[in-house]
Amino acid sequence: MRKSLFEAIRQTVFMGPAVLVYVTILLIPLLLGLYYSMTDWDGASSSYSWVGFGNYKEALLDDPDFVYSFWFTIKMTLVIALLMNLIGFGLAFLLTKKLRFRNLWRAVFFLPNVLGGLILGFLWNFIFTKVFEAIGEATNWPLFAIAWLGNEHTAFWSLVIVSVWHGLGYVMIIYIAGLVNIPTEIREAAQIDGATGWQSLTRITLPLIMASVTICLFWTISSTLRIFDLNYSLTAGGPFGSTESVAMNIYYEAFRDNNFGLGSAKAVIFFLVVVVITAVQVILTKRKEVEA
Amino acid sequence: MTGRQSRKRLIAAEWLLLAVSVVFLYPLALALINSLKTMNDILMNMGSLPKEYVWSNYKTAWEVLDFPRALTNSLAIDVFSVLGVTLISAMCAYQIVRRPGRFNHAMFGLFVASMVIPFHAIMIPLVQVLRELGMVNSLFGIVYAYWGLSLAFAIFLFHGFVKALPYEIEEAALVDGASIYSVFFRIVLPLLKPIAATVVIINALWIWNDFLLPMIVLQGPDNRTIQVAINTMFGQYMKRWDVALPGIVMSLAPSVLFFLLMQRQIVEGISSGGIKG
Repeated sequence: MRKSLFEAIRQTVFMGPAVLVYVTILLIPLLLGLYYSMTDWDGASSSYSWVGFGNYKEALLDDPDFVYSFWFTIKMTLVIALLMNLIGFGLAFLLTKKLRFRNLWRAVFFLPNVLGGLILGFLWNFIFTKVFEAIGEATNWPLFAIAWLGNEHTAFWSLVIVSVWHGLGYVMIIYIAGLVNIPTEIREAAQIDGATGWQSLTRITLPLIMASVTICLFWTISSTLRIFDLNYSLTAGGPFGSTESVAMNIYYEAFRDNNFGLGSAKAVIFFLVVVVITAVQVILTKRKEVEA
Repeated sequence: MTGRQSRKRLIAAEWLLLAVSVVFLYPLALALINSLKTMNDILMNMGSLPKEYVWSNYKTAWEVLDFPRALTNSLAIDVFSVLGVTLISAMCAYQIVRRPGRFNHAMFGLFVASMVIPFHAIMIPLVQVLRELGMVNSLFGIVYAYWGLSLAFAIFLFHGFVKALPYEIEEAALVDGASIYSVFFRIVLPLLKPIAATVVIINALWIWNDFLLPMIVLQGPDNRTIQVAINTMFGQYMKRWDVALPGIVMSLAPSVLFFLLMQRQIVEGISSGGIKG
């Protein structure tokens, strides 16, 4: 009897805080969001009515901006994930060679990663508007003479450039950790057997770091699908909403236009899409993982 | 491939890296040198050093941002969020591993599953919950929210680490009559240091840079974090780069400083956290 009392107190002391915080901050909001998504609540008034799946229908069929924001975000995610992983792997490959100042280079490429996306977006706003203008005037290069944030194509690429610049270091660090874990004997054996550099890269190195590829793809895909801060401060969704990410669309729906019901429905759709895309990616790349 | 050839290649790679690094850091350098110029000097001579160093730009930005207050708020939120979540999740993970009953097992499953929830998917009802609890517009409220948002991943990291700890030491202490609480705080917690460092660094970084949650739940100038203050400043001084640039530099400075001091720990924390995630 006394023992079970001790156990109950121990369980409460050790698990209680975590369970309490979890239920209030994650579980209740998740369920409450499902409930809101079936109402037409505006976030403030005391009365609202039940609309069933009406909000979902509206979001998917009658809200072209929301659907557009999805395609925009997915397109951006594909481009960013691809570039970030290619360049990040290339850097990691180079920075695991016997170079002088190796740690300095690693630090340089990692630095932007610890800085906040919101502030960097404002900083790059200065680069794209003022600095590019100055370079354009000085050199007459057409590349710098256009207003980069002023049309949807270059605004898209602006977001890509800054995102890759910002996140590259993270991907590089993970690939470096993967590369240094490959036993050198394997590569030496391949070299003795006459494998070329390219063969050793594609047939030995790449298969052995598939675990890092899984992590890096997961990180780049899930963080770009959720992009908000950088998007908000660099382009503010403009010009004319052409660079509005899903997270921004949800934010505006709820907190600017005060449609908590419709916003919640969009949030649920967003949640499902993120889960499906990342799950598919992890399953696909996990299959390719091999042990040394 | 001969040794001489490969050395030549390495030297070429070093020069390439130098060139790429310069381009890579150029945006930060431009913000720094232009932050000390007059507006006119910025527009006329963007690439060169300032004609005269206008230190008063920093004074203006300091006041517009109400920097001391924003810095204090950001620091307080970050420190209490990180300490809290580290302790709560270490205790929880410890109990899950040492008392693997059906309930604890189910909770662990829920925690791990919750790692995929994007913040934007729950932010609307979360604000409502915080309002009901009287936690909107309070620093404790946002700290509490950060505990919840960073809990799942922290428990996951601690869980993997505790599982690998030998039970014998704890058992011996318990047999000698030590309470489970002193076993946890005196023996287990010190052993958790390496993974605790990872949890602290990962969370300290994202919470410091987080913008959306403080913007939604902290209203009024008194509670602003650095991120919210910068956003407010850009609302007013969008085209005034002689105020905005020093504001940007000032706001990035704490992160750069943290990075320079803790570089090794940050890189280790990121790689071990990433690999386990």
